[in-house]
Amino acid sequence: MNAHEPERRYHTLVVTVENKSGVLARVASLFARRAFNIESLAVAPTDEDEMSRITVVVDLESAPLDQIIKQLNKLINVVEIRELAPGHAVERELMLVTVTAEPDRRDEIVEHLDRAGGKVLSLGTDRMMLSLVGPPRRIDEFEDLLRPYGILELQRTGRVALASLDDALD
Amino acid sequence: MATEAMDGGRALIRALEVEGVEVMFGLPGGAILPVYDPIIDSSIRHVLVRHEQGAGHMAEGYAHATGRPGVAMVTSGPAATNIVTPLCDAYLDSVPMVVVTGQVPYPAIGTDAFQECDTTGITQSITKHNFLVTEAQDIPRTIKEAFHIATTGRPGPVLVDIPKDIVDPNSPRSAMTWTDDVEMDLPGYHPETEVDLDAITAAVDLIRTAERPVLYVGGGILKSRAAEALRTLAELTGIGVVTTLMARGSFPDSHELCLGMPGMHGNYTAVTAMQESDLLIALGARFDDRVTGRLDGFAPEAKIIHVDIDPAELGKVRKPDVAIQGDVRVAIEAMVAELSGNGVGNSDRAAWKSRISGWQERYPLAYEPWVPGEPLKPQFVIERLRDANPADTIVTSGVGQHQMWASQYWTFDHPYTWINSGGLGTMGFSIPAAIGAKVAFPDRSVWAIDGDGCFQMTAQELVTATVENIPIKVALLNNSYLGMVRQWQEMFYEERYSEVFLSQDVPDYKMWAESMGCVGIRVDDPDEVDVAIAKANEVDDRPVVIDFRVAAAEKVFPMVPSGATNSELIVPEFQRGQSR
Repeated sequence: MNAHEPERRYHTLVVTVENKSGVLARVASLFARRAFNIESLAVAPTDEDEMSRITVVVDLESAPLDQIIKQLNKLINVVEIRELAPGHAVERELMLVTVTAEPDRRDEIVEHLDRAGGKVLSLGTDRMMLSLVGPPRRIDEFEDLLRPYGILELQRTGRVALASLDDALD
Repeated sequence: MATEAMDGGRALIRALEVEGVEVMFGLPGGAILPVYDPIIDSSIRHVLVRHEQGAGHMAEGYAHATGRPGVAMVTSGPAATNIVTPLCDAYLDSVPMVVVTGQVPYPAIGTDAFQECDTTGITQSITKHNFLVTEAQDIPRTIKEAFHIATTGRPGPVLVDIPKDIVDPNSPRSAMTWTDDVEMDLPGYHPETEVDLDAITAAVDLIRTAERPVLYVGGGILKSRAAEALRTLAELTGIGVVTTLMARGSFPDSHELCLGMPGMHGNYTAVTAMQESDLLIALGARFDDRVTGRLDGFAPEAKIIHVDIDPAELGKVRKPDVAIQGDVRVAIEAMVAELSGNGVGNSDRAAWKSRISGWQERYPLAYEPWVPGEPLKPQFVIERLRDANPADTIVTSGVGQHQMWASQYWTFDHPYTWINSGGLGTMGFSIPAAIGAKVAFPDRSVWAIDGDGCFQMTAQELVTATVENIPIKVALLNNSYLGMVRQWQEMFYEERYSEVFLSQDVPDYKMWAESMGCVGIRVDDPDEVDVAIAKANEVDDRPVVIDFRVAAAEKVFPMVPSGATNSELIVPEFQRGQSR
């Protein structure tokens, strides 16, 4: 996988936390208080009712990974932290985007979309809503590609990740 | 299993009793009212404070003196915000404390109800953990968890926020069933105390070969009750010990291996020995900026062994060569076992020891002698207090010059005799902390050494001390200034004194003390000092305040200027080889 410099700067942590009110605030407040930078953050319940899973991409220019993990571990509601090093994780992100699409340019956009593996969710007279799931870099590239057409609204989820299977078997 | 129908308020007090709480410090108000009713029938002594900050610092003083968690209880809103400072203080100094706050009824949370504030939100980053309890049934478990978290691993403050409707017997939501067996539910909390023996071996190897080793000892030694173990390690290896501000008393000041206090106002030998060392053995210490000075110039040739129960401290500031995570007492005992079993090494430290004793002779802690006609010397007052009181006297202090002089000129030969605010530097700490310590040890002499700036922040707790019959003694080093700030302005702001002069005459501390039910004494001259102290020590039925009028121009030395390395320690002429 890609191991170029900007990716080395960011590490993905998968943080299992108790599914209690205020836990996300505790995590966010810790990052603010210790001046750790978050690149992306996604949170959702897991298959266990009592646990939630936070996928957080941390910026190692703001603090050493070791400190970030240790400080997170001090939060009482944090149950487990797994580090997914760059190149050893399968990472995905979902983007929803509404783009200006006059009828004469729609084919062009759909062509880009097909190549990227995205979907058309909705069509308007002069606009289209698209979705794309993929590795964060592919989403970045697709976003750049759409920009000239005129992006009206855009929402990305932040990345979620699992350890790649080769690693899991190590 | 015994079960009993009960309301949440009674269950809360019962749960505190189950934890062995003997005393709590607090002040009632609207939201916490229902919990105050069962206190009347409880075995727990409640000390009614005059300001909630006092309750928090009293709980801290109690915890520092005993090692047991201090407990404070206050109402919601402004009471909760008033206890924020003690929580932060306890967080930075790792003091085990449980604070219970009232909260508006659960359905009213978020409506900006009267005396509502987001207490758990506000205190999130200054507590080890906090809880907002939403069901009466959860109260006993939460209290048990709070005490467990506060007292295990790296100790710290835990706050429990209790909405009124779950403790008020008039509310159906307060109904619960008490059971004697309560299971904690803390899947993410597993404090490690055991140490990695390979790391111990690696540490001991460094100790055996070091030529200029120093034991750098922090407050963790006291938290893990490791003073005895430390002494064994020091005597076995012959390595000198520096005790940080938070560790004073953990190693006897009068021991031949004691090098003194390090840091910004440490003595020359302690600061320089660390600076020149080739091995710092950091035990329950956290490389605080007041100890290290400018970090890139701190102990440049030293390898580091760092023992701490909090893994996040290892490598946070200075990268250790050997990191040992675990209870510092367990670690020291393991090192001692290894060193006794397989030898302490045969490193030649004669030259190092002779350098150390040379520094001790050339740079003693000293101050300029008093000259007739001049105001009293604050250091002299502390020396006389020290000599007139038993060695197990508990000394508390506020923050500033008087704190540094107390640490420098008292002789701490016993652990848990020095209680101060190190990390947060909370002015006004000494009086309530002394009250907390005196409640724990009513038969021991407890002196608060205070400054006039600090005194004016929390003096009203002397009313508490009088009314509750907690006869502490206060040595007020009154120089009419915010002295430490004045010192910085004199040294680093070209003597431009900005907003540091308090007042020469107002308040009249003797009258103020007397109006609060204390004995008030004013001392202006050195020859009155011993008489006043003797008189104070004869009083045991009320607090005593001695207003020592001391010299405003006196400064704390030695001093590492802010931003300088410890090699740039300022040592005035009178600390260069003259005797006191």
